[in-house]
Amino acid sequence: MNCMPTINRRSFVAGTAALGGGLALGFELPFGGSSASAQVAGPEVNAWVVVRPDETVVIRIARSEMGQGTLTGLAQLCAEELECDWSKVTYEFPTPGQNVARKRVWGDFFTAGSRGIRESNEFVRKGGAAARMMLVQAAAGQWNVPAAECTVANGVITHKGSNRSISYGKVADAAGKVEPPADIKLKDPKDWKIIGKGVKRLDTPEKVTGKAVYGIDVRLPGMLYAAIKACPVNGGKVKSFDAAKISGNKGVKKVVPVEDYAVAVVADTWWQAKTALDALPITWDAGENAKVSSESIAAWLKEGLDVDQAFVGNKGGDVKAALVGAAKKVEAVYGYPYQNHFTLEPQNATARYTDDKCEVWASCQNGEQALATASEASGLPIPKCEAYKTFLGGGFGRRSTSVDYVRQAVLIAKQMPGTPIKLLWTREEDMTHGWYHPVTQCKLTAGLDKDNNLTALHLRISGQSILAKVRPQALQNGADPATFSGFYPGGAEAAIGYSIPNILVDHSMRNPHLNPGFWRGVNINHNAIYLECFIDEVAKEAGIDALEFRRKLMANHPKHLAVLNAVAEKAGWGRPAAQGVYRGLAQCMAFGSYVAACAEVSVDGNKVKVHRIVAATDPGYAVNPAQIERQVAGSFVYGLSALFFQECTVKDGAIEQTNVDSYEMMRLAQMPKVETIEMPSGGFWGGVGEPTIAVAAPAVLNAIAAATGKRYRTFPLKQHGLTMA
Amino acid sequence: MARLTVNGQSHTVDADPDTPLLWVLRDQIGLTGTKYGCGIAQCGACTVHMDGMAVRSCSVPVSLADGKQIMTIEGLAQNGTLHKVQQAWIEHDVPQCGYCQSGMIMAVAALLKEKPKATDADIDREITNICRCGTYQQVRAAIHSAASA
Repeated sequence: MNCMPTINRRSFVAGTAALGGGLALGFELPFGGSSASAQVAGPEVNAWVVVRPDETVVIRIARSEMGQGTLTGLAQLCAEELECDWSKVTYEFPTPGQNVARKRVWGDFFTAGSRGIRESNEFVRKGGAAARMMLVQAAAGQWNVPAAECTVANGVITHKGSNRSISYGKVADAAGKVEPPADIKLKDPKDWKIIGKGVKRLDTPEKVTGKAVYGIDVRLPGMLYAAIKACPVNGGKVKSFDAAKISGNKGVKKVVPVEDYAVAVVADTWWQAKTALDALPITWDAGENAKVSSESIAAWLKEGLDVDQAFVGNKGGDVKAALVGAAKKVEAVYGYPYQNHFTLEPQNATARYTDDKCEVWASCQNGEQALATASEASGLPIPKCEAYKTFLGGGFGRRSTSVDYVRQAVLIAKQMPGTPIKLLWTREEDMTHGWYHPVTQCKLTAGLDKDNNLTALHLRISGQSILAKVRPQALQNGADPATFSGFYPGGAEAAIGYSIPNILVDHSMRNPHLNPGFWRGVNINHNAIYLECFIDEVAKEAGIDALEFRRKLMANHPKHLAVLNAVAEKAGWGRPAAQGVYRGLAQCMAFGSYVAACAEVSVDGNKVKVHRIVAATDPGYAVNPAQIERQVAGSFVYGLSALFFQECTVKDGAIEQTNVDSYEMMRLAQMPKVETIEMPSGGFWGGVGEPTIAVAAPAVLNAIAAATGKRYRTFPLKQHGLTMA
Repeated sequence: MARLTVNGQSHTVDADPDTPLLWVLRDQIGLTGTKYGCGIAQCGACTVHMDGMAVRSCSVPVSLADGKQIMTIEGLAQNGTLHKVQQAWIEHDVPQCGYCQSGMIMAVAALLKEKPKATDADIDREITNICRCGTYQQVRAAIHSAASA
C-alpha cells in the first residue's frame, strides 16, 4: 500500500454545486477533518486515477450506476484527458466516508435528475488532466528534461529529444508525489478521441455472468435476514403485535419494532423471516389518513383547477384579457395518477452496528445520503459510519428520493449489535410503501385569434409537490419551482419551446398523505403530456396540421425546433403512412436537453400497436452515442408502460396495487422499433437518462387521437379499455 | 432436507419443503446471480434451468427440485467459455442495470436449446421477462445473433 499525497481541495474538484448536494439532504456533512487514504491496490496519482504496475488504470466513479451508463461515460471523460489506453481502464466506487474524510474531493454523489455527466464532466475531465500532467512531470523529472518536451499517447510518455519512453504504470508511484497542477487546460472538443465514441460499457461482463453485486446480493459472515411490514397507511402506526405467536418458528431470531410504524422479523434465512412475518398478528392504528381515497384526492385536486390562489411559474402578457378577446377558446382537463417506480430489485439494505461503528451496504442513488442516514439512525457521528455502494437493480429516482430502507436496516441492526442484518422488502411492501410519481390534474385554456394564431394559454396545475415533502428547504416562498418543469420562460434546464404572447402557468399545491418522489422524468412527464397533447387539440380546433401549428410558435426556439423537424422528416410526416398507421408528435426540453418523438400506431378495437418511434435528442455533447441510443429506447419502455398500464390507487388511505398482476408493464413483444437520432449541437451539457421519457406518452397519445379521433385525458389507458398489442 | 444438484455440484440443504428454490439458491447455497423480482412467477428475474427447462424459481418449491439438475447463471459458462447467449449479450452490450439479465439470459438459453432458429414470433411468445430499463430492442438483436452463432 502506498502512502498518498494529501489532495488539496481545489476549486476545480468540487465547486459550489457539490456543497449544495450535502446541504440539500438537510444534513450538513462535515468538511473539516484530515485527509484519508482510499483502500486501493496500486499507487494513487490523484483522487480520480490509480495506475497499477500492470498498467491497469482504475478510474474512481462517485456517481451511482443504475443502468444509465454513467459509470462508463464518466470513465470516458476522465480517460480522454488522461490519455491512457482505454482497453486498460477499470473502475471503482470510492465510499462516501472517504469523500467526507477527503473534504469531498469527488464532489457530489447524488445521481438523479440526469445529472451524472452534465454536472461533473468538468471536474472529472480536470481530474484526468491533472493526473496526466503529474505522470508527465514525474517522467520528466526522472529524465531531467522539461515536461513540456514530453508527449503522451495511450498511457506511454515519450521524450523525443532523448528518444526515451516510459509507461504510466512505471511512474505512477512517483507521480503521486508530484504537486498537483494549479492551471489545467482541457482539450478542445474537436480533439476528443474517447468522448463521443460508443465504447462498450465497463460493467457488461459481470452483468452477463451473475457476478455483479447488487444490494440484495451482499453477504457478510454471521449475517441474518430481516423482513419488514410497515403500516399500510402512510402516517399510521403499529398498535400492537404478538411476537409470541411466531418466536418459536424455525429460524426466527428476533421480532423487533422499527420506530412506531413497522415491525420486522429477523431469522436465519429471508424466507423464514418473511413467512414468520406473514403469520405475525399485527394491529395497526391507521389514523386519519385512512379516510383518504383516490376519489377524495381527485375531488380535492379538481377544486384546485379553479381557485384564485396559485403559485405562478411563467407569466407573460395578460391571459385573462386575451382569453376574453379570443375569437375561439379551447379548454381541456387532464389528470395523471400515482405510479410506483417498480425497480426490479426491491428495496433492501444491509447494516452492521456496534457501539463505535455503523456500516451500511446498499443500492442507492446517493451514497452520501446513505451515509448521513446511517449516522442519523445509529446516533453515531459520520466519522464512525460508512456506506458501501453496490450496483442498483434500477433506480429511476426511487433510491434518490428516500433511503428509508437504509434507516430501517440500521434501526434493526441496532437492536442486535454486532450481527450484520440484511433487510429485504417483499415486492408487496415495495409497491405499497413507495415514493410515488405525484398525482396532478391540469386545466388548459387556449385562445385563438381570428386567423387561428394561438394568442393565449392558461395552464393550471393542481396537485402534489415533490419538493414540499422531500426537500422543503428548496421551496421558494412556498412554491415548488420544479412543478413548472418544461414550462420555464427560459434557462438551461427545461424551457418551454413555444412563444405565446399571453401565457400563465400556475400551480395550486395540494399534498395528499402519500409520499411523492422523483420518478424517471419527474414533473416533466405529466407536464409534457398536458402541453403536447393540448397543443394537438388546439391545432385541430384551428384546422392546422400539428407540425405546422407548432412551427409557427417555435421561431424563437431553434433547438426545440431542430429536434422536432428531425423526427418529422425521418418519420415521413406529411407523407402517407402505411395503411391503418397514424402518426403523433411531441417535443420538449428537459434536464438540459432537447428531445422530440414521432410515434406511429395503429388501433384495432381496443388494441393499440405502437409500430415505430423516431426519437431525436440534442444533449449538447454526446459522450457515448451507443449508450444514449439505449437510454432513448429504454425511455419508451418506461414511459409507455406507465401510459398504458400503471396506476396506484388509494383505498382507505393505502395503495391497492401490490405486484405485477395489478401493475403491469411492457414486455418484449410490445416493444416498438425505436430509431434514435442524436444531434449534439455542442456548447452545453444536457442529460440523457430522463428527457426522452417526457415525449413518449404524448407522441403516442397524439397518434392514437389521429387514429381514432378520440382524445384520452386520464391515465393509464387501461382505464379506457385500451391495451398494448 | 432436500438434495439438489446445482451447476453439477450436489448440495444437501435444510429447508422446509415449500421453501421456494430461489431462496435456497440465494441464501443457503450462496448463488446470488439469480434474482428476486416479484415472487409470483411474473417477472422472470429468478429464471433457472431445471432438468434443462426454464423455470421461475421463486415459485418452485424446493421439494419439487429434489433430485433434479439445476443450472443457474453461474453455471451457464462451460469450462471457462461463455455460453453463446452470454457472448451475444456482450457483443450487443445488452444490460443496463443488469438486474433482470441473469433471468433473461437463462430464459433465452432454454429457448434456443428448444428452438435453435427462434423467430421473432417465438421470441415474442417465449421471452416474457420484465426489463424495467427497457433493453428489449438489444435483447431481440442479441437473440438473433446467438441463434446464428
